[in-house]
Amino acid sequence: MFELLFTDYTTQIVVVGSAMIGAVTGMLGCFAYLRKQSLAGDVVSHATLLGIVVAFWLNWLVTGSGSKSLVVIIPGAIIAGLASLLLTRLITTTTRIKPDAGLGVMLAIFFGSGLLMLRWVQRAQPPISGSAGLENYLFGMAAAMTITDLWMIGLLGGSALLTLLLCWTQLKVLTFDAEFARSLGLPAHRIETLLLALFVVSIVIGLQIVGVILMIAMLVAPAAAARQWTQKLGPMVWIAGGIGSVTAAIGALVSANQNHLPTGPVIVLLSTIVVGGSVLFAPARGILWRQKHVS
Amino acid sequence: MNVAIETHQLTVAYHSTPVIWDVNLQVPQLGMTGIIGPNGAGKSTLLKAILGIIPKLTGRVDVFDQPIHKACADLAYVPQRSTIDWDFPTTVFDLVLMGTYGRLRWFQRPGSKEHDQAYEALKLVEMEAFANRQIGELSGGQQQRAFLARAFVQQSSIYLLDEPFAGVDAKTEKALIEILHQQREAGKTIVMVHHDLSTVEQYFDHVVLINKQVVASGETASTFTSQNVEKTYGIAAGCLSDAVHV
Repeated sequence: MFELLFTDYTTQIVVVGSAMIGAVTGMLGCFAYLRKQSLAGDVVSHATLLGIVVAFWLNWLVTGSGSKSLVVIIPGAIIAGLASLLLTRLITTTTRIKPDAGLGVMLAIFFGSGLLMLRWVQRAQPPISGSAGLENYLFGMAAAMTITDLWMIGLLGGSALLTLLLCWTQLKVLTFDAEFARSLGLPAHRIETLLLALFVVSIVIGLQIVGVILMIAMLVAPAAAARQWTQKLGPMVWIAGGIGSVTAAIGALVSANQNHLPTGPVIVLLSTIVVGGSVLFAPARGILWRQKHVS
Repeated sequence: MNVAIETHQLTVAYHSTPVIWDVNLQVPQLGMTGIIGPNGAGKSTLLKAILGIIPKLTGRVDVFDQPIHKACADLAYVPQRSTIDWDFPTTVFDLVLMGTYGRLRWFQRPGSKEHDQAYEALKLVEMEAFANRQIGELSGGQQQRAFLARAFVQQSSIYLLDEPFAGVDAKTEKALIEILHQQREAGKTIVMVHHDLSTVEQYFDHVVLINKQVVASGETASTFTSQNVEKTYGIAAGCLSDAVHV
């Protein structure tokens, strides 16, 4: 299985890219998990489909050629992702709609419009060149990763992680207790927006390999697994990054070897196994450990 | 009388329903002030409005004659225990260290000075043995001690506590009140939302009786009368008079 890793250039790119994406989404996912904003992550990832298709279409209108390059797609995805969150915040603060309902509505609106636009762009007459394959964003298409994509992922993921490290104390205290953070005089609103931007970036780069529908698993599963092994935030974030990175790399490698296995679902299943193992076997918090020590 | 906190016509609303309105208050710098009132009277809301962590509809809060946004460092907040995510991956020491975060600049991490301060604060509440415990593994009283330590490490001159004795046993309550009285002797201003009418006279130098509006405020001896308490809790509160010996 590992043969391709050393011989095949495409496989190398896909595995390295997936590992990078897994690390970034795993680490930033901890904050979504701890702020109980997993559903918000799901809304963002579904909303990006609309941004992707619209960006593709606008680029085609301007340049006359259909390009699915990340340079075109990512800005659209980021804008749509952020817009879905900001609109959710707007309707839950100005109306009496509860946050979970607001998120549900936003998910449906953005994803529905995304699917509509996707079908419309792909069936346009005369046909829009390059629009075939856009539907791969639904479930991911790791195998199509190029060296340019790798740079883009590295740049975005790297800046997100750097921001995380630099603003660690602020992000930590806001995640733990937003009211206390505000009482310290910290600009909670700005830190919150920064955190949302980091989520969106991590989700957008992750779409490449798992697609909009399964993206939530890459954010939440490593965090849920890592939480079982430690009682401190720092180690949790590193462990989640490790789990995300390793499961994504192995998933990419497995599907590169087995043509009939899609990358995204394989990664998601692998991380689910890690979550299950952690919940069962982790010391102190694991179910089996607790049973053994109670009896 | 030196005034630590002063509110002017403070009104806070939630979805256009006022929670507290027209609150004019003066909290003296010396001594311990209790905020007393029935459930839903807006006690926590008043505390949060003073801290500036919830938006106010109208009015102003001054802390030592400064507008609130300039006075954050003067205020240390101990939130209600029920609002905390006790499963959060943080140890007691980490929690106390968060009290120093207000002094850190952007991109700065707590250093050895902050670590020493956090350790000192833990010693003050006799929790140093629990420094490495995850906060959810503590008893209610220990959790409250840890949060007091976090407030102490902020080195503020005013402490605002939201029902610190909720879910705490009598022995711990006594220990906590002793620690707080020590802080009072050291010149700190202490403002506390409090539930138990039977201990009001024993704990507080000043009281604020509130039910959406301020019913009465001032020195405990002259303010905490059965008449005022009944006014605060509504006419059906005759049974409460047992608790008030005036």
